[in-house]
Amino acid sequence: MKFARDTWLIFQRQLQLLLRNPVWVFVGVFQPVMYLLLFAPLLKPALNAPTQAAAYKIFVPGLLVLLAIFGGLFQGFGLIAELRAGVIERSRVTPISRLALLLGRSLRDVVSLIVQAVIITLLALLFDLRVFIGDLLLAYLMLALIALMTSAVSYGVALKVKSEDALAPLMNTVAQPVLLLSGILLPLTFAPGWLQGVAEWNPFSWAVDGTRALFAGDLANEKVWQGLAIIAVLAAAGVFWAARQFARSVR
Amino acid sequence: MIETRGLRKSFRSRQGRETKTVDAVRGVNLQVPAGEIFGFLGPNGAGKTTTLRMLATLIEPDGGEATIAGADLRKDPAEVRRRIGYVAQGGSTWDESTAREELVLHARMYGIGKADAHRRAVRALEAFQLTEYADRKCKTYSGGQRRRVEIALGIIHEPKIVFLDEPTTGLDPQSRAHMWDEIRRLRTEGMTVFITTHYLDEADALCDRIAIMDHGEVVAEGTPAELKREISGDVVLVGLDVANTPQAAQLLDGEEYLNKLETVDEGGLRLYVDEGATAIPQILRRLDHAGLVMSSIELHRPSLDDVFLTKTGRSLRES
Repeated sequence: MKFARDTWLIFQRQLQLLLRNPVWVFVGVFQPVMYLLLFAPLLKPALNAPTQAAAYKIFVPGLLVLLAIFGGLFQGFGLIAELRAGVIERSRVTPISRLALLLGRSLRDVVSLIVQAVIITLLALLFDLRVFIGDLLLAYLMLALIALMTSAVSYGVALKVKSEDALAPLMNTVAQPVLLLSGILLPLTFAPGWLQGVAEWNPFSWAVDGTRALFAGDLANEKVWQGLAIIAVLAAAGVFWAARQFARSVR
Repeated sequence: MIETRGLRKSFRSRQGRETKTVDAVRGVNLQVPAGEIFGFLGPNGAGKTTTLRMLATLIEPDGGEATIAGADLRKDPAEVRRRIGYVAQGGSTWDESTAREELVLHARMYGIGKADAHRRAVRALEAFQLTEYADRKCKTYSGGQRRRVEIALGIIHEPKIVFLDEPTTGLDPQSRAHMWDEIRRLRTEGMTVFITTHYLDEADALCDRIAIMDHGEVVAEGTPAELKREISGDVVLVGLDVANTPQAAQLLDGEEYLNKLETVDEGGLRLYVDEGATAIPQILRRLDHAGLVMSSIELHRPSLDDVFLTKTGRSLRES
């Protein structure tokens, strides 16, 4: 009860600050929109897809996962600013739940991601993308879990390194291989065997496959529940670890 | 209200490949009764802030025990958090929020209901004369206003004890005097106030009792008056030409009112006496008889800096 109330309190506050400056939601969505408009049209001929819509069914899910990963991973920067302002320390002297300090923030990030995902999806509809609403909602659940995990990890790392200068290269170094090994831009079915073998070990590759299956309307595909399960476990682990960073001494 | 026994903390710091252990706080024993302004005086790096952060549950002690407002620091930090307020040195307000929002949020973090939190915010804004700026963003505030918001945050839940880490550092003299009044007001309202400071005048004027800290240890504790009384006697500074100084020293050495005599390199004498008022006429007479001309004579009553000097061998101003 107290935990739910604490989480809601932090979530509200963070959302309020975000709404005061909503431009960031649109800045975040700008890059994927550019991909959608300027890169996706190349895909139909490149992928040998029968129609433009078919190419979008492959590309848009990957783009959304990309958005979730990156959107989450860079949330730590905001936390470092809060750390510097003393807001985190001020929170830590109160009896508020440490898990709530994390979860309230991460849930705000999830909401902001879903708003961005909706914008992308609506734009994609203009390019003849068609998805069943049920499948789409499950895909959004996948995205939400990814964002929850990456934003929690980003917060945890931010509390550990405490400086933007260290966080930026760290996040980029992690994000690049994860991105390339998950078949986000092009499906890994084009990849040579060794690359596919490495990608097997990348949880985001499972998430992308699952999301693609959902966009293809293939709900029965086992990749769907496998992807969801893997990401859910990782999200729980990420949240647990990051909440411990909030509980530990932070300066 | 606060009792600590052997509170310790050391940090490991890395310099290149070597790891060094720094004993930031090495066994602090304190007793702070309810309703007083207690001050931690010491130079930067003496361990004041580390001790304060331990008492405020922000860092875990390596050893020792403490009871704060009746709650055990080691066993029940959550209960300690409920009973104390803490105001950090470096600030704690968010630029894009208003004072009112910050106060309401902070009250609610203590589990206070929404309506009550709003009422408390209004009262705190009034008490700290912030009503006028209540709905402006914190980034528009002056240093003094911002510090007042921070103190208001620290006491929004009416704690029994409030810890203020260097509450007046960086404030102009007027805001500083204002802040002293605010801190005294907290005491009047029945709060125990625990502050750290490296200002001698602040410790002297504001605190009921102080503990002098150096290198992670409490080297002296008492009321400012008590501590100064421990430094027996006054100091008389006599300004003289360098050439005349040895002769004057010879003349005065061995006088029965004199506890100790030091020559000053730039010329002049530093005389340690029991009672400056009776010693000065005798010094004057003696020097006058010998025809030695003084450039100045000063009576120096012991200050907390002298206390610090006797306890640590250094002046607080130098360290």
